[in-house]
Amino acid sequence: MNNRTRGFRRFAAALPLAAMTVLLSGCMDKFAVLDPKGVVGKQQLDLIVITTLLCAVIIVPVLIMTFVIAWRYRHRPDSKAEYRPNWAHSPKLEIIWWTIPIVIIAILATVTVRYTYKLEPSRPLAADAKPIVIQVTSLDWKWLFQYPEQNIATVNYVAFPENVPVQFELTSDAPMNSFWIPQLGGQIYTMSGMAMKLHLMADEPGTYMGSGANFSGKDFAKMRFDARAMTRAEFDQWVQNVRAAAPPLTQAGYDELAEPGTMPEQDYSSFPEGLFERTVTKYIKGGSGHGHHHGGSDADAAGSDTGAMTEMHHH
Amino acid sequence: MLDKIKDFASEFFVTGDPLIYGADVAIALTIIAVVSVLTYFKKWRWLWREWLTTVDHKRIGIMYVIASLLMLFRGGVDALLMRTQLAIPNNEFLSPEHYNAIFTTHGVIMILFMAMPLMFGLFNLVVPLQLGARDVAFPFLNALSFWLFFWGAMLFNMSFVIGGSPDAGWLSYPPLSELSHSPGVGQDFYIWGIQISGIGSLATGINFIVTILKMRAPGMKLMKMPMFCWSVLSSCLTIIMAFPILTVTLALLFLDRYLGAHFFTLDGGGNPMMYINLIWMWGHPEVYIVVLPAFGIFSEIVATFSRKRLFGYGSMVFALMCIAVLSFTTWAHHFFTMGSGADVNAFFALTTMLIAIPTGVKVFNWLFTMYRGRITFKTPMLWTMGFIPCFVVGGMTGVMLSVAPADFQFHNSYFLIAHFHQVLIGGVAFGYFAGLYYWWPKVFGFKLNERLGRWAFWLWNIGFYVCFMPQYALGLMGMTRRVNTYGWDTGWWELNFVSTIGGFLMGIGFLFQVWQILHSIKFMERDTTGDPWGGRTLEWSIPSPAPHYNFATTPVVNSADAWWEEKLRREREAASAGKREWLEAQDWRANAELTPQAPNLDATRPSQDPGAGATQASMSDAPPAPQAPLPGLPLEPIHMPRNSGIPFVMSLCWFTAGFGFVFDWLWIAIPGLAGVAACMLVHSFRYKTDYYIPVDEIRRTEAAAGRVV
Repeated sequence: MNNRTRGFRRFAAALPLAAMTVLLSGCMDKFAVLDPKGVVGKQQLDLIVITTLLCAVIIVPVLIMTFVIAWRYRHRPDSKAEYRPNWAHSPKLEIIWWTIPIVIIAILATVTVRYTYKLEPSRPLAADAKPIVIQVTSLDWKWLFQYPEQNIATVNYVAFPENVPVQFELTSDAPMNSFWIPQLGGQIYTMSGMAMKLHLMADEPGTYMGSGANFSGKDFAKMRFDARAMTRAEFDQWVQNVRAAAPPLTQAGYDELAEPGTMPEQDYSSFPEGLFERTVTKYIKGGSGHGHHHGGSDADAAGSDTGAMTEMHHH
Repeated sequence: MLDKIKDFASEFFVTGDPLIYGADVAIALTIIAVVSVLTYFKKWRWLWREWLTTVDHKRIGIMYVIASLLMLFRGGVDALLMRTQLAIPNNEFLSPEHYNAIFTTHGVIMILFMAMPLMFGLFNLVVPLQLGARDVAFPFLNALSFWLFFWGAMLFNMSFVIGGSPDAGWLSYPPLSELSHSPGVGQDFYIWGIQISGIGSLATGINFIVTILKMRAPGMKLMKMPMFCWSVLSSCLTIIMAFPILTVTLALLFLDRYLGAHFFTLDGGGNPMMYINLIWMWGHPEVYIVVLPAFGIFSEIVATFSRKRLFGYGSMVFALMCIAVLSFTTWAHHFFTMGSGADVNAFFALTTMLIAIPTGVKVFNWLFTMYRGRITFKTPMLWTMGFIPCFVVGGMTGVMLSVAPADFQFHNSYFLIAHFHQVLIGGVAFGYFAGLYYWWPKVFGFKLNERLGRWAFWLWNIGFYVCFMPQYALGLMGMTRRVNTYGWDTGWWELNFVSTIGGFLMGIGFLFQVWQILHSIKFMERDTTGDPWGGRTLEWSIPSPAPHYNFATTPVVNSADAWWEEKLRREREAASAGKREWLEAQDWRANAELTPQAPNLDATRPSQDPGAGATQASMSDAPPAPQAPLPGLPLEPIHMPRNSGIPFVMSLCWFTAGFGFVFDWLWIAIPGLAGVAACMLVHSFRYKTDYYIPVDEIRRTEAAAGRVV
C-alpha cells in the first residue's frame, strides 16, 4: 500500500477528532473540570494546564518526527533518502533524549510536590469567613448530609453559602465510595470506620453536579447529588425553612436510610445527636468512642474538629 | 422433590435474563458441534496425542493464541454490550446488575485471559527459536502452565451461566467483595479462576527466565540476544516478583469469605485499604508485564521493516530493566484519593513520572531506527506505526494523571478509562497483533492476507480514536466510570454515542481479522523460504513451520542479528566468487511484493561492498534465500521431551477443586485436591521422560522442507 493512501487515511482519522473539537466547543460550559467555580478546582486546573504544556514540549515534536521519518524513509525504488543500515549508535543523541525528558520531569516534579502539599484535601482553606462543617455519609445508594452547626440534615443534595470554606467530614456506612463535586474541586474516598476531611469553597452561587465516584454496588449510578451554593442570606433562609417544615431524622429513620435502596432529595429538621460519630466508630470493639482520623500531615493546625474525635493518627 | 430440584436449578443456573439464555443455547450448541465433529472424523486420539498432552512449545503457543483470541471475542462482546447500554441516556438495555457483572468480566478477561495468554503464546512461539534452542527449559512445566490457565479461565468463564458472575469490579475491592456485600458465588469464581490461572503465570515466568539465561545458542552473549528476548526476560522477572503478591492477596480474601477471617472486613479489625494496597502492588507491575514484551515486538518489527539495526541496543536494554524495576515503586498512584496524605502522594507521583523517562527513550530509539532506514509498510509495520502516536499520547495522559493533586479531578472518571485503554490497546493489543502478524508465517507457513490486514488495521486504529478520544472529554465533564446509565441533563449523551460508534468500528476490525485468518488459510501461498520478511534473527533461518526439533544443528552465532549477518556473509561470498548466476538462480519463491534484500550499502564500511563482477543493481535484486541452516555444531541425534497427560489432568483436578470450593461442596473439592496430589505423585515416578530423534530422521525432515544438512 503506498504512502499516499496511508497519509490520506491518517487525515481521515484526524478529521472526526477535529470536527468534534469544533462542534463541541459550544458545550465548554459542560466541562466541569475546565470551568471551575471554586478556589480548589481553579488551582487544580492551573496544574492540569501546566502539565499539558510541559508534556506537549515532548509530545508534539515526537508526533511530527514520527510522521516525517516514516514519510521520508519509506522505501521507493527512486528514493534519494540516505540509507545507513548499520548506524545504530550515537552517544550525542542518547544524551539529548535522556536529558530532555529528565529536565521536563524534574520541572513537573517540583510543581507537583508543591501543589501536592498545597492542595492536600484535609488542609483548611485560607479565607475571611469562618468555615462551615458538613458531615457526609455515603450509604447504599444515597448521600446523607448532616449540618452539625445548624442541626439539620439533607439527603441527595447539599447546600452551603458561597465564599465560605466548607469543611466536609466524610465517612461511609456502605462499601467504599468517593465524594466528588467536579466544578468545585477534587474528590476524596469515603470509607467505613474512619472520617476523611475535604475542604472546598464555591466562588459564586450556583448548582453544581456531585456524584459518587467509586463503585459501590448495584445502584451506584444513582449516587448523584446537587451541591447548591447560595448567598449567605439565602442560606440562612433555607436553614430556617428546613428547620420549620421538614420531619426529624430519627435513629429508626436513619436505619431505614442505611438499607440498600435509592431515594429522591429529602430534608430533615434535626438528626440524632452524635449520629456521625457513632457511624465512624461503629466497628471499634468496646465502643470507647475514639475513631481513626485520616488526613494529611498539616491537617490540624487551624482546622476545627467535631467533639468526639479524641485521638488522631497522622499519616 | 421436583420443587427442590427447581429451587436448586434456579440458584445454580443464572436465570431471568434473555441474553443469558441465549448464551446458554449458544454454549450448548457449540459443545455439541465440537463433540460431533471430533467423533465423526475420529479425531479424539489425535486431539489427545497431538494437543492435549503436548509439551512442544510451538503447539502450546498455538493453543495459548487460540484461547486468547476466543477470550478477545468474549471481552469484546462485553465491551460492545456496555457501549450499547451507554449510547443513550436512561437506557434499559442492560439491568444494573447485569451491567456491573459485564464490566467486571470485561476487565478480568481482557487483562488476565486475553493479554496474558496472548503474550505467553508469543513467548512460546518465538523465544526458543530466537535463542537457537530446541525447547524451553522446562517443557512439562510449560504444558502445565497452559492447562492451568485454560482450566482457570474455564472456571471463571462459566460463572455467567452457572452461579452468577462476579460484579465487584475487575479488582474486587472489599468491603464490596466480602461476604457482607457479595454473598453470591460470583466472587468465589473470581478468586479461584484467577488463582488457578495465576499459578500457571508464575511458572511461565520461571520457565522463560531459565530458558533465556541458560539455553541461548553458543556465542549468543546476553548483549547479542534479540531485543524481544530481553523484553521477555524483563517481563518474566517482573512476573516472578509480582504474582506471589496476587496469590497471597486472593488467598487472604478467600480466607475472609470462606473461613470468616477478618483481613479486609470492616469489623473484626480488618482493613479494606490493606487489600487495595496489596492488589495494586501486583496490579501495577502487571500492566508493565504485558507492555514490556509489546515493546520488544516493536523493536523486532521496526528493525526488520526498516532494514536497519535497532538503534541504541544498550540503551533499550537499560530502559526495559528500569521500567521493570520502577514498576514496583508506583502502586499508590491508583488511589491518590484514598487519603494517604501529601508525603505519600508526593512520593508516588514522583516515581510514576519517572517511568515516563525510559519509556520515552525507547520511542526515540524506535524512531531513529527508522531514520535512514528503508521502510516498508507491511501489516506488522502498520500496527507499529499505529502504536507510536497512540501510545505516546496515552503516556502523556498518564503523566497528567500522575500529578497527584490533579488526579483528584481525574480519578475514577472517564479520563482515567480513556488513558488506560489507550495504553493497553495502543500499546499492548496493537503490539501483540503486530507480533501475531509478524510471526504468523513462521508458525503456520503462510502469510496473512495483506489487503484484509490493512482493512482490519484501519478499522481498529480509527475506531480506537473515535471510541476513546470522546471519553477524555467525558471525564472532564465529570462522568465517572462504572455508571450503568446517566441522565439527559448531564449533557453527556452525544459523546457517549460517538464513543459507541468507535467501539463498533473496532468490533468490525476484529471481524475482518477473523475473515483474514480464514481467507488466508484457504488462499494464501505457502512460504517455502522460511524467511518471508527478510528477517534478522535466528527464527527466520529454519523452515516454516519449524520442524518439531526446531534446529537440525544448533547454530553458533557471533553477533547480534545473527541471521542478517549470515545472509550478508553468503551474499559477499557468492559475489566475490563471481557466482552471479548462482545468486540469480536461487530458488526464490518469495512473495513478489517483497522488497529486495538490500545489501550493506553503508558507506562507512567499504569492506562490505560486493566484490568485482557484481553490479549494485544485480546485488539489490538478488534476494538471498539460502536453503542451508547457519553453520553450527555437528549433526547428532536430538534429545526431545516426551508428551504427558499429567498437565491436562492435574489442571482439571484444580478446576474440580475450585468448583467445589466455589459452591462449598467439599465432596467435590476434596477429591479435586486429592487428584492434584495424585498427579504430582504420579509425575514423581515418571522416569520415561525423553527420547532421541535419530540423525536420518532429521535429514529426511530437513530434505522435505527443501533444506540440506
